[in-house]
Amino acid sequence: MREIKVFSYVDKGTIIHKLSGVSKVLCFLILTFASMFTYDLRVLLVLTMISLIISYLAKFPFGRYKAFLLYFAIFALVNSILNFLLAPTYGVEIFGSAHVIYRFNDFYVLTQEELYYQLCKIIKFLSIIPIGMLLFYSIHPSELASSLNGIKVPYKACTVFALALRYFPDIQKDYNNINLAQQARGIDSSKKASLSKRIKNTSKILIPLVFSTLDRVELISNAMELRGYGKAKSRTWYSYRPLQKRDYLAILFCTLVFMAVLFMRFAVVKNLFWNPFI
Amino acid sequence: MEETIIEFKDFSFKYNAQKKPTLNNINLKINKGEKVLIVGLSGSGKSTLGNCLNGLIPFKYEGDITGSCKIKGTETRELSIAELSKSVGTVLQDSDGQFVGLNVGEDIAFALENDNVKLDVMKKQVKEIATLVDMGDFLEQSPLEISGGQKQRVALAGVLVDDVDILLFDEPLANLDPATGKTAIALIDELQKKTNSTVIIIEHRLEDVLYRHVDRIVLISDGEIILEDTPDNVLSSDVLIKHGIREPLYVSAAKFAGVKITPDMKPSSIDTFKLSKDDKDQILTWAKSHMEIRKKDETTLLEGKDLVFSYDEKKKVINGISFEVKKGEMFAIIGKNGAGKSTLSKLLVGFEREDAGTIFLNGRDIKDDTIYERGKEIGIVLQNPNQMICNTFIFDEVAYGLKNAGVKDEEIKQRVEETLKICGLYEMRNWPISALSYGQKKRVTIASILVMRPKIIILDEPTAGQDYRHYTEIMEFLEKLNEEGQTIIMITHDMHLMLEYCDRCITIVDGRIYFEGLPSSVLVNKEITDKANLKMTSLYDLANMIGMEPNDFTQSYINAERSLRHARD
Amino acid sequence: MNKNFFGKFDVKTIVATALGAALFLVLFLFVRIPSPIPNTNIQIAYGISAFFGALFGPISGFLVAFVGHALNDFVGGGISGVWWSWVIASGVAGFFSGCAYKFSDLEHGKKPGKMFFIFNIVGQLIAWILVAPVLDIVIYAEPVETVFVQGFTSFVIDAISACVVGGILAYAYAAIRPSTSSLDKE
Repeated sequence: MREIKVFSYVDKGTIIHKLSGVSKVLCFLILTFASMFTYDLRVLLVLTMISLIISYLAKFPFGRYKAFLLYFAIFALVNSILNFLLAPTYGVEIFGSAHVIYRFNDFYVLTQEELYYQLCKIIKFLSIIPIGMLLFYSIHPSELASSLNGIKVPYKACTVFALALRYFPDIQKDYNNINLAQQARGIDSSKKASLSKRIKNTSKILIPLVFSTLDRVELISNAMELRGYGKAKSRTWYSYRPLQKRDYLAILFCTLVFMAVLFMRFAVVKNLFWNPFI
Repeated sequence: MEETIIEFKDFSFKYNAQKKPTLNNINLKINKGEKVLIVGLSGSGKSTLGNCLNGLIPFKYEGDITGSCKIKGTETRELSIAELSKSVGTVLQDSDGQFVGLNVGEDIAFALENDNVKLDVMKKQVKEIATLVDMGDFLEQSPLEISGGQKQRVALAGVLVDDVDILLFDEPLANLDPATGKTAIALIDELQKKTNSTVIIIEHRLEDVLYRHVDRIVLISDGEIILEDTPDNVLSSDVLIKHGIREPLYVSAAKFAGVKITPDMKPSSIDTFKLSKDDKDQILTWAKSHMEIRKKDETTLLEGKDLVFSYDEKKKVINGISFEVKKGEMFAIIGKNGAGKSTLSKLLVGFEREDAGTIFLNGRDIKDDTIYERGKEIGIVLQNPNQMICNTFIFDEVAYGLKNAGVKDEEIKQRVEETLKICGLYEMRNWPISALSYGQKKRVTIASILVMRPKIIILDEPTAGQDYRHYTEIMEFLEKLNEEGQTIIMITHDMHLMLEYCDRCITIVDGRIYFEGLPSSVLVNKEITDKANLKMTSLYDLANMIGMEPNDFTQSYINAERSLRHARD
Repeated sequence: MNKNFFGKFDVKTIVATALGAALFLVLFLFVRIPSPIPNTNIQIAYGISAFFGALFGPISGFLVAFVGHALNDFVGGGISGVWWSWVIASGVAGFFSGCAYKFSDLEHGKKPGKMFFIFNIVGQLIAWILVAPVLDIVIYAEPVETVFVQGFTSFVIDAISACVVGGILAYAYAAIRPSTSSLDKE
């Protein structure tokens, strides 16, 4: 049975692992936002490099990218083809010039501008992927909630994150058992069944899954209230790690990167895209 | 010394949703440092009584209170759940559900976190308490990585951090295997001595709790206190049996033999239990007259041969298991949690596929059968009926498998009704399932498998969390099915169940079969019970007391129990 | 029935929301029903947020979908780390599902009314035809045509999932809640 582990956390003791969860989450968000604010190929390449260097520092197993890259390649290809089919001259619109490579007909014209735009987009995705994969690799599951609370997310919402992670493995196991037990009673999960039949069959797995999960709410909330959850306006976290000098340095570094991105965009290029065609 | 810490005075409670009060005119005083065992059937009001102490009543479950319930001199209804949690620490039945942290340390710290305790203070306190319950080396472990017994230790630590005076245990033994249950009772005892707290245990597994000293037993039935007395006095009367609570095995064996139990025989523990020469002879004579063994069909129905299986290719969960199940047998697979017994059942029904070895059904290799094809021959009933029920009405639920198989409506109706009659559900066939009790739901799920006419039914922990009355109800139903020729395999760590109802069993330890044979021989063999985390029964000690071979004595006891049951029907 | 629009966010609701998010995640990862449109699966997870929303309110509905979707992107080795625009859109859809809370009373055995379906359709519409495309344009500078085609497909599929799967759950739940009629053996 395929079971997914939510966290692949292993404490490798690197400088990245030693950071407080708060700075991990914060740096992740700042760098993600930095990448959102730019479409400048040069900047995106630098951001990608920074992502990769941080992953290297955290001893991220680069082998994991392999499986992912195939998945991503398919996604990027489908996305690019879709974009081209629906808006073949989008690149031309953005950059205001047309270096034609091949003319299929009057509507479908392949231009350098379009390819360049697609390239920028792929690099833009790539620039934040290593950071995104790194977050759950380098943060201890129990630290996630305290870190979110550390960046001022209300603690009750943080609890939702923590509890969802706590009970995910249980629910995953329940799902497998229920699914198999229903198959043994003859649920037709093959692709031959009609759509409405398939939805109906799925709901026969969902109903016991969802309702038996709801049965647990009472117990868990009792367990929490009996230990004083929810009585105060705030709470402390056992797994919280106070910020240290290296944390402030990390946050400062990411903030500088972010400001540099903004500077490039609003003061230097003065445009979302950097245009190599002029 | 005689300082009252809990006092109920003419106390009654009625849930808002119910017409009749669940607790009626309760008068009970509990002194500081006392250890009280509260027994009663499910629905008797014993858990409600516990909830009145920890504040879930009236703050979470609303209702009408009359009379008074004071803890340390203050009316509970004038406090709050949070305030009460500082005096009363509650350890709930399901220690897995109670484990809300992502690792051990975090869960123990939960109460401190809610009190906004500073990080360094919190870490120190957690470490101290964890060491107290022997979990000091497991602070980083996730709930998936520790055993049921360890989870309970964590739950206990989680309330001890609050420095409570009263410890309330709601069915602490329900989810533990026998040996772990024994350790848990010992741990509670030691902690009470160390912390000088008042302990209240709500439990129906009387014998297991009495493994350590208890000051008083309070029996609750229909919301009223029937009796409160010392264990020796309570066991000398027949009041427990009358109210559906099971007596310790050695006591009921002695009673079977016609020995009159009196308080000065100290029946509260097998270690103190004194029998006169005459009593011993009487038991011996009785036992010798009940020694025959039932013979059953010897045709092999299901055979597993050299089965090997692993989830991750590293650890072999099933490591070379061979066994045979005879036609018409009630067969048990026992072993501690994680020993591989559930995995074995998954192999049998095809949920998982063996890496090596073969499974034969009636001599046919069933390797190539799909889950569905196997499901028609070997049906499985999951532990939690709510995980199987997917229709609103009883009839539809039982008919579901047949409908999927494309059986004609007429035949469905006939087969479902026939099955419902066997299961005692026919009169309720048009009821919504939500109106049923847990035990009845369990029966619906058994019926929904039975209707497919499988050759074998596998039940995963059929009686988990049930009190003696419901347990008996479920087991007698299964026994009846078995007598009609149905082959049944049960996965269980309930030793009473195996002992009383099963013809044969296998004991699995670390993926291998450690014992195969008669149930009466398992629990009298110290080597097996130690390996498998089981517990020797008190019948073993009683047999030694009267000078009889424990194997034979146990068999006699089982036979006597059976014939008594049959006489009742 | 005088319900607060936002519901009460008590401990019970927090726990239910968390379990809902975990369910959402499990379904998001494992259960996809292939639809007649190629390469497009029906994400039945939106049925969960629709159901939990109706049962516990808009905040709960939002968090079930938002937390569930965000965790999916981290866990599943998602396409892009976290695709915030779609995560936020999921949350918005969940929020609207939760607006049906004030108008329904599943807890007491009342079947979901038309408001359940209206809010789920409107919510998915706003999420996938407004929020997701606009964010995609702003963040990822995707061409308008693409985002709307994708958005429209998502809207149709997720609205079906929210209404049908969520509806089935809501009906089944209302049916098991205690009703007042008495039962007789026959």
